[in-house]
Formats: sequence, C-alpha cells, structure tokens
Amino acid sequence: MRRRLAGISLLGVLALTAAACGSGGGDGGGGGSTQAADTPVTITMWTRAATQTQSERLVQEYNKTHKNQVKLTVIPTDNYQPRIAAAAGAKQLPDVFAADVIFVPNYTSQGLFMDITDRVNALPHKAGLAPSHMKLGTLDGKMYTLPHTLDLSVWFWNKDLYEKAGLDPEQGPKTLKEFAQHATTIQEKLGKDGKVHGTFFGGNCGGCYVFTFWPSVWASGGQVMNAEGTQSLNDQAAMTDVFKIYRELYEKKATGPTAKEEQGPTWTGFFPKGEIGVMPMPSTTLGLMPKDMKIGVTPIAGPDGGESTFVGGDSVGISSTSKNADAAWEFLSWTVSDQAQVEVMAKNKDVLARTDLASNKYSAEDPRVVLINSLVAKGQTPFALRFGQTFNDPQGPWLRYAREAVFGDVSKLPQLNAEITKSLQQ
Amino acid sequence: MTLTITRSGRRPAHSAPSARWRSRKVQGWLYAAPTAVIVGVLFIAPLVLVVWMSLNRWPLLGQATFNAPTNYVKIADNPLFVDAVLFTLKYTAITTVLLSAVALGLALLVQDRKPGIGFFRTAFFLPGAVGFAAAGLLFYGMLNNDFGPIDPMLQSLGITDEPVKWIGTPNMALFSTITLVIWRFAGFNMLILLTGLQAIPTEVYEAARSDGANRWQVFTKITLPLLRPTLALMLILSITGSLLAFDQFFVFTNGGPDNSTVSMVMVVYRDAFFRFDLGGAAALSVVLLVALVGLNTVMMRRLR
Repeated sequence: MRRRLAGISLLGVLALTAAACGSGGGDGGGGGSTQAADTPVTITMWTRAATQTQSERLVQEYNKTHKNQVKLTVIPTDNYQPRIAAAAGAKQLPDVFAADVIFVPNYTSQGLFMDITDRVNALPHKAGLAPSHMKLGTLDGKMYTLPHTLDLSVWFWNKDLYEKAGLDPEQGPKTLKEFAQHATTIQEKLGKDGKVHGTFFGGNCGGCYVFTFWPSVWASGGQVMNAEGTQSLNDQAAMTDVFKIYRELYEKKATGPTAKEEQGPTWTGFFPKGEIGVMPMPSTTLGLMPKDMKIGVTPIAGPDGGESTFVGGDSVGISSTSKNADAAWEFLSWTVSDQAQVEVMAKNKDVLARTDLASNKYSAEDPRVVLINSLVAKGQTPFALRFGQTFNDPQGPWLRYAREAVFGDVSKLPQLNAEITKSLQQ
Repeated sequence: MTLTITRSGRRPAHSAPSARWRSRKVQGWLYAAPTAVIVGVLFIAPLVLVVWMSLNRWPLLGQATFNAPTNYVKIADNPLFVDAVLFTLKYTAITTVLLSAVALGLALLVQDRKPGIGFFRTAFFLPGAVGFAAAGLLFYGMLNNDFGPIDPMLQSLGITDEPVKWIGTPNMALFSTITLVIWRFAGFNMLILLTGLQAIPTEVYEAARSDGANRWQVFTKITLPLLRPTLALMLILSITGSLLAFDQFFVFTNGGPDNSTVSMVMVVYRDAFFRFDLGGAAALSVVLLVALVGLNTVMMRRLR
C-alpha cells in the first residue's frame, strides 16, 4: 500500500510540476484473484501502437477460439515506456505486456516479468523460437519472455524509379557503397522537381539510426558494443565508415531536405508515396505498401558487402504481479504455436517468431517474405541494460553522437562516444 | 467521579452557549473537512512521500533503500539538468515579456464596448480552448516541411524561397515554440487583463483627460498603475507556467534539435520514466518545488 501510494504520489507531483502531464493508470489492473480452472478468465494485455496490427490479429483469433479471453490495450509507442514505469510503480501492470525487445533486459532486471523458464522448456518447439529475442529475454539463466512480433530492417527499392533513372529495376544494392551510388543516380536523374529523392533516413531519431545503420556495421563484421553492453564501439572504423557514406549522401542533397529534422514518427511515410528511390525500412511495412507499387527487398549490407539486419519487434511476458499466470501462459504459448504463427502471422506476411516455420505455405507465395524470414537467424539484436536511455531517448548521448557524425562536427565524436559508454555503465 | 460532579455542577450556568459553541465548532470542522481531506490526500501526502522518495534509491518494484543525500548531490553532475535550467530561464524571460505585451495589446484593443467586439474577444480567446498537447501537434503539422501548409503559402507569396527549418535550429525551435505559446495563451491572459481594465473607474480617465493628459500619459500614469495587481497575477501565472514548461517542448520539439530545447520538467520526466531513476526524479521535483515556492514568495512581495 505504501509503495502504491508512493507511485501515485510521484505521478501526482510530477503531474503538478508538469502542469498537466497526464498519465493515468489505465485499465490494466493486476488481475484479481486466481480463478478456478474451469472458469473463463479474462486477462489484460498491453502493447504499443508500433506493433498494434499484429497484436490485434493474434488477440482476435485467440478470443474467437478460446474460452479464456484477452482484453488488449494499445498505448501510443512514445508513451509506452512511461506507462509501464508508472504502472509498475503503482503495481498496476496488466497480466501480460509486450515490450520493444531492446528494453526487455532492463525490464527483467527491474523484476517486471515473471520467470517462465519451466514453461518455456516444456514447449515442443522451443529450439525454433527467434534466437535474438530469446537471448534478450534471458537473464542469469532464467527465461522471462517469448518473441511476440518481429520487425527487421531491410532495404526497400522502388522499381519504377530505378527504371526511370536508368538503373536495373530487378537489381537492388549489394553493398552500402552501391546503395549510395543508386541513391545519388536517382537524385541526379529524377530529383530536379524537388519531390523525388535518392534516399531518406530519420536524422533526428536515435532509434532510427540504430535500426537502419547498425546492420551495415554487423554486415562488415564489426560490433557496436561489447557483449556485456557496457562499452560503446561506435567510434571504430566499422561504424564511422557507415556514417561517412550517409554524410556524403546528405551533403549531395540525396537524402531529402527533412532527413536532418525527422524525429521518427513519419520516417517510413515517404517511401509508400513513391518519392524515395532506395532506403532502409521496417519489414512490417511491406504488407502496408500500396498494392500497385513495385518494391524490391534486399538485406542491408556493409560498405563492401555482407548482409545483416536489426531484429527488432516485441517480446511478451507475464507481469510479475499477475494473479492469472496460468491463463496468461495459455495465451502466450498459443501465440507461438504452429496455428497462430502460420494462420495469423504468415498469412498476413508478417515475420514469424519461429525460425523452424520460416518456409510455409504463405511465405512461399512471396520470395521477399522468404528472404525476410531467412534473415531472422542472421540478424542481431544488441544487448544492453541501459539501451533505452542511451540510444532511444532523444536526450540520450547516442542521438547527439550520430547527428554530429552525419551533419556536424566529427572532432566531437571521441568525447561523445565516451558519454555513450558512461550512460551504458550507469 | 469528582470531575463529573464538578462539571455537571457548572453546566447549568453555561450549558446553552457552550453547546452552541461546540456545535458551531463541529460545524466548522465539517465544513472544512472535505477541503482538508482533498489537500491532505492530493497534496500533503504526495509531497511527504516524494520527499521520502528523494532520500531513497527507489526501484520500480522491490524494496527502497535509504541513500540520502546521493540523489541531491548527483543533480550537480547532471549536465542535462544544468543546461535545462539555463534554457528554461531564457525561455521564461522571453515568453513572459512577449506574452505580456501581446496580451496587454489585445486587452486594450477589445476593452471598449463596441459593435462586434464580442466576436474579436471570442476569436482571441479561442486558442485557449485547445489542449496544449493538441496545440503542439497542430503546430508540428502546420510547420512541417514535408506536409505543412505554411511553407507552401510563404513560398507562393514570395516571402521565402525555400522551406524554413521551423524546428531545425535551436533559435528557430525556440522562436516557433514561443509563437505557439503566445498563440495559445495570449487570449487567456487578455481576459485576465480585461477584468483589470474594466475595474478602473471611468471617472479617473475623465478627470485625467479634463486635466489635459494625452493618450500616452493616460496609459502610463493611470492605466498601468491601476492595473498593477492584475498584471502581478498575470506575471505570476506566466512565470510559473513557463518555468514548468513541458507539453510544448515534449510534443512539438521533443527537446531538439540537439537537446537545445530541453526544459527542467522534461529532465524530471526523463529521469523517472526513461531512466527509471525514481529517487533522482523525486529529488529534482523537490528542488524545483522549493525554487518555485521561493520565487513566488519574492514575486508576491515585490508585486503586491
């Protein structure tokens, strides 16, 4: 009770000082008392807007076919982490909540998820669960989360613009240097009207940088952090070479005039308008592209080749305060079953949470989906306990570092890289 | 027993007034109780608990550990907060001056009862009915270089040659945000000043004019001095609101570019909800609260 009051009190004073910084506790609720086995249970679930579509499909299908029910609440992506923090402080977490996979280590270290090691070990298809998501959901040998949705960074290219610019529309870039050449060609040939641009990226968005630039580092064999996630390696050549190529693209005005100011919410909105030649995009947007648009998909490469991807998306777990753990697990285990993965996720061209189902009756219809599914095992999801505050937070040190590297003064990079390391070690 | 007898012996002489007094006392407590409960539950208790939190390392879940005065000491080592203090003071100074000038100008424009004046009063006040976060989003959309209507309008009128980076540089981001705040609050402040203006007796103006005072003299010698209490109220509201700025920067500029528009409350929010440092955020809140109480006390004394 004291902690609940304290959580509410913190919110109260922050709200007072922020003069209307509202953050209600929502309708999550801890879930009440444990139900009898044969009594239908309604569990509560939170998810962020970025992966709303996939979560809604899963919940709808589950509710149609099961006695227990899931009540889903979708929270705006930018407010998701604060809502989780506020709810945890007041012990008002829902029974089940999904989270951006890169925040999961922090949440598990704070004790927000329930230990589900025994339940996961009992799954017949445990070995097929997306390895990067499982790695980040494991702390001190105990498992806390399952993969929920997967969102991979890949390069999309617009085949119509390629053709108009005299490029081979069936051949996407194989290296980052080739990517830059293609973007420059499109800008020079088609960019005179100010509408078409060679490429685009979120230049004022820390999460966009890590999602779209880091795969080029991994593709060339480099790393962005040490394995413990406590030291930044972003000052090394593998990263700075990538920044250099994007900096040249910006200086040549091949990136679109607003790339420098793009904060994130609209960075994927330009490609579907047919205004961008080639750019890194989230794989989940493939199914949302205009039907008549001819789009090629290829893995993100390093400056001289290789291929990799940032395996993003959400993991999902049972909150440590849930009173409905059995009902929650029934839902979670169902989401990674053959039926849910193939008939819900694959049917809608989503990336599967299980590598053993990568080739299925739906993915075979579109070779681009097969390609994306195949990248799950090759891609990486970086681990760091202080990932969010270091890389995603607009006031964190990474965004300043990346912006100086692409648009500003590169002599500041060593000092800013030290600040990244300091933030990782807090 | 003796006490009972003694009291019961005195009771006949004072019983009626004493009963009335007690009854009035109880009534008084009952009248004050709802407010006292609200103040106690919503202000005193949270305040005490936040002060206690600021003296502890306070995880999201689990046991808090006393660590005073660490949360206060580390504030000085937080360069983001130090920069945010300087930025917020700068923003407060500029906003207060401009907002007061615009609000006073609007109030003077619409103070006389003329045909159609109600339309202008309503029009000036209307932005105040828009939520601050919604206003931030509105400006974000209006000034967006990709899809906002302002840039094409300016270009078609020949005022600019290329899209203006409305939130692309530190100065432009501050200028755009102050424009948003003035648009949102000028009408509200105008209303406050209007009540002050209308409270000035017309006889005073008539006497000044019959003594030969011109418009400027009337404004500086009559209007401004008699408007002082209302101006004081508006200044206190404006300065306190500006020092607590959050929504406009959180929604509109997101603290950018390059952390140039990070306000003090944004740092509190970041520490609590992104870094999960609840104890540190509570310490910042306490410091902010003490500074505001001190500042308001000084202002109240100076402007009384």
